[in-house]
Amino acid sequence: MSGAHGIAARWRAALLAGGLALLGGCAREDETQVLSFWAIGREGEAVAKLLPDFEREHPGLRVRLQQLPLTAAHQKLLTAFAGGSTPDVSQLGNTWIPELVALDALEPLQARVDASPEVREADYFPAIWATNRLGGTLYGVPWYVDTRLLFYRADLLRAAGFAAPPRDWAQWRAMLAALSHPERHVFGALLPTNEYEQLLSLALEQDEPLLREGDRYGNFRSAGFRRALAFYVDTFRLRQAPPITNVEAGNPWVEFGRGVYAFYVSGPWNIGEFRQRLPAAEQDRWSTAPLPGPQGPGAGMAGGSSLVVFRASRHKRAAWQLIEFLSRPAMQQRLYALLGDMPARRSVWNSAALRGDAKVQAFRAQLERVKPTPAVPEWERIATEMQLVAAEAVAGRLDVDQAAAEIDRRADAILAKRRWVLDHVGSRAP
Amino acid sequence: MSPRLAKALVNGLLLGGAAVALFPLLWMLSVSFMAPGTASALPPPLLPGQATLENYRTLFVRVGMGRYLANSLLVSSAITLLALACNMMAGYAFAKLRFGGRERLFQALVGALVIPAQVAMLPLFLLLKYIGLVNSFAGVIVPAMATIFGVYLVRQYARGIPDELLEAARIDGAGEWRIFAGIVLPLLKPIMVTLAIFTFLAAWNDFMWPLIVLTGQEHYTLPIGLASLAREHAQDTELMMAGSVVTVLPVLGLFLAMQRYYLQGLLLGSVKG
Amino acid sequence: MNTQRVAWLFLAPALLVLGLFFLLPVAAAFVLSLTDYDLYALADLRHLRFVALGNYWELLHRPLFWSALGHTFYFVIVGVPLSLAASLGAALLLNSPLARMQAFFRTALFAPVVTTVVAVAVIWRYLFNTKYGLVNYALQALGLHPVDWLGDPHWAMPTIILFAVWKNFGYNMIILLAGLQAIPPDLYEAARIDGASLARQFWHITLPMLRPTLTMVGILTVAGYFQLFAEPYVITEGGPLQSTVSALFLMYEEGFKWWNLGAASAVAFLLFVVMFAVTGVLLRLARRGGEA
Repeated sequence: MSGAHGIAARWRAALLAGGLALLGGCAREDETQVLSFWAIGREGEAVAKLLPDFEREHPGLRVRLQQLPLTAAHQKLLTAFAGGSTPDVSQLGNTWIPELVALDALEPLQARVDASPEVREADYFPAIWATNRLGGTLYGVPWYVDTRLLFYRADLLRAAGFAAPPRDWAQWRAMLAALSHPERHVFGALLPTNEYEQLLSLALEQDEPLLREGDRYGNFRSAGFRRALAFYVDTFRLRQAPPITNVEAGNPWVEFGRGVYAFYVSGPWNIGEFRQRLPAAEQDRWSTAPLPGPQGPGAGMAGGSSLVVFRASRHKRAAWQLIEFLSRPAMQQRLYALLGDMPARRSVWNSAALRGDAKVQAFRAQLERVKPTPAVPEWERIATEMQLVAAEAVAGRLDVDQAAAEIDRRADAILAKRRWVLDHVGSRAP
Repeated sequence: MSPRLAKALVNGLLLGGAAVALFPLLWMLSVSFMAPGTASALPPPLLPGQATLENYRTLFVRVGMGRYLANSLLVSSAITLLALACNMMAGYAFAKLRFGGRERLFQALVGALVIPAQVAMLPLFLLLKYIGLVNSFAGVIVPAMATIFGVYLVRQYARGIPDELLEAARIDGAGEWRIFAGIVLPLLKPIMVTLAIFTFLAAWNDFMWPLIVLTGQEHYTLPIGLASLAREHAQDTELMMAGSVVTVLPVLGLFLAMQRYYLQGLLLGSVKG
Repeated sequence: MNTQRVAWLFLAPALLVLGLFFLLPVAAAFVLSLTDYDLYALADLRHLRFVALGNYWELLHRPLFWSALGHTFYFVIVGVPLSLAASLGAALLLNSPLARMQAFFRTALFAPVVTTVVAVAVIWRYLFNTKYGLVNYALQALGLHPVDWLGDPHWAMPTIILFAVWKNFGYNMIILLAGLQAIPPDLYEAARIDGASLARQFWHITLPMLRPTLTMVGILTVAGYFQLFAEPYVITEGGPLQSTVSALFLMYEEGFKWWNLGAASAVAFLLFVVMFAVTGVLLRLARRGGEA
């Protein structure tokens, strides 16, 4: 073979090999199923460490993991639905389930749960499980649970003469007042003005529901919501919290460690963050407590994430296998160890690691009292608008009554289509 | 004012302007070599205490920036090649081939230049969903395959080709395709290079449409990947700056290498012919 | 006949792409804006209603639409003159016979134009950080009060305007520089002999001769600045207190975040009408001014 031919032949061989590899990519799908799995925020990185075990147990399955940034996740999911490119399995904030159910995007799961040796309903927190059930149909399996409560600097409280964390709003207010020194840039609490979870948690402590008449209208002018909003806004007016967003707050862990804030209303993942980011010597200075209510410990938000299967998936059996795998108590425990995510299964809470952890047990107490947010597809948008109006009130542009009326007005407008669908098309809307 | 003072003033101002223009870019480069967490300090450091490549390693090994870089290269190159083909042919036809309604059609196209591209985006998304191009590279490439601006630019330039040249070739029996490939294209080479750079830069820097149509991480281009990173890793200044360097450096390099063509095209496109 | 066919063949790819992926969607956008296409309709077309001008009517009664339009105008009215002034100043300096190393300065001043908006907007976010940003540090070093650039609703838009001026002035600078170079030198020669000062030369020769170029550049810049989107998306995410929500940002959120495609199309169309009207008025003013 002469030189030139040799080169040509080698090229051909290389091209052929490349082509085969490409074809192989398609052909392999027959034997190896590729399962697309979307995880949101920090769970994405952590769950990547659990997946190799799953692939080892299921040699025919390969999981392609995609991590959605938390702030873009909601939008990405809707875009994927609109564009017909949903994954097989996804993590899904449980307040978003109604929205995707309204779109008919999720696969009902009750039959699979009934047949499953791994997923047993009785082991889950009832209020959290309920957020996955719409119109009597189950669409998701709780993965981890989340509720917002108080992180507090026990040492600062003690120094100001408070032996225990606040149990009701009056006590909380007194402590905030004692611990705030705005002239030194020290504040009682950090409540980022672009996060709706804090105000929502206060609102859920009230007796009145957030929507009324079968979730057709906003109910933000109720005495209860106005009470919650007034407490929230007063915290800023009294300069017990700085009116900043989480973009400007920068690194909240370091600031909390420095004592810039004595209270931080946040979720369970921050237990892990504080343990990781604050030096060992500072670890006994902070603790957690259930959220104080108007009179005594209040309710909280039934948050968290579920695992769902999309209706458009072509690998539903394999998708369910992944959910079963991630729902195992051992995997829940590993997720807790990696991130501090609170297990959705009560049996895991009885394990030694969680039992002996006082900072975690505050969550357990509150989880028995959580309340779900309204199960309407528009909820994410209503909550977003609620917070935008609340931020205006914080800035002093609206008073509490005006703000409550404005939120109602916006909620009613957002729900207009829902009312029409309920009245004209019938039972399809949840 | 004495001449020396005037000279110092002019050059001093230029120097100041250049410093303002370049400082953010130089700062970005410097911070990208700082160790994680060291940029957020008081006073803000200008140079890394100890230069490190760690941010770049994180970027490519953990965040997957290499993928975005490859995607950006692929999408921008494909758009450049295809748009070049479509725009050259159409621009030439508008300039040199006679057909009924030519002027009116051209004027209608130029008139459509006033419509902002965003008006088309919502239905375009639905259309691409229907064809099945959402979340694919084709979803970004196909709508960019022809631009009114490109057609306009080529037409302005191609009008300078003498008709006699084309007529002579026709008399010699050359087919229209051969005339285009053999005579016209070589003559249009300068505008071709210009248009290629313009298209490539625009495709590389494009943000809004890829943000909408590329829903999956595996398809992200650099700007989309970077914007997503900016929301997730807002606290990690050094990492973000490394990401910006990776995004900006290729286009800045291309511009420096081909500056002459780029600036020429810029003038050609803006001066009404 | 034959050349006709050839011509259409040459045109076909470009016209097909433009027609199918631009002009058709534009027409469809208008139709879409007359419906209440939303998530419910996306799930089931039976939930789609024809609402005529309802979306427009609602928008005109929505404070956020007006404030978004107001922010967009703010950006245009302040940003365009600042950009043009910076471009003209830089072009004059570069054109001065006293300037040295012109090629280097031209490249340096132009460099921000070719950079990627998202990447440099990210830089801005850190430079203008209230606590650790270099800009505030410099202000304090000069004995001035630090500014809450991105946290104060009054300062966020000015910060974005500064960014846009920095990013864009080089583009018009090149065009104006070419315009300056096209002015015949003997005009200045004559003025110098008459003893006219530099300011008078600028006012009576440079500006009138540059007028057509300035008009065109100005109108193109106005049209471009109306399409503000990536800057607030990356730098402020529309905040604080929605003070940097632009018309296009509103369209994006309404359309691709909440999937109210009908209402979002109406926003896009209203913005288009506004842009069309403003540039039209400017063009007419420029023409009348040119005749006077």
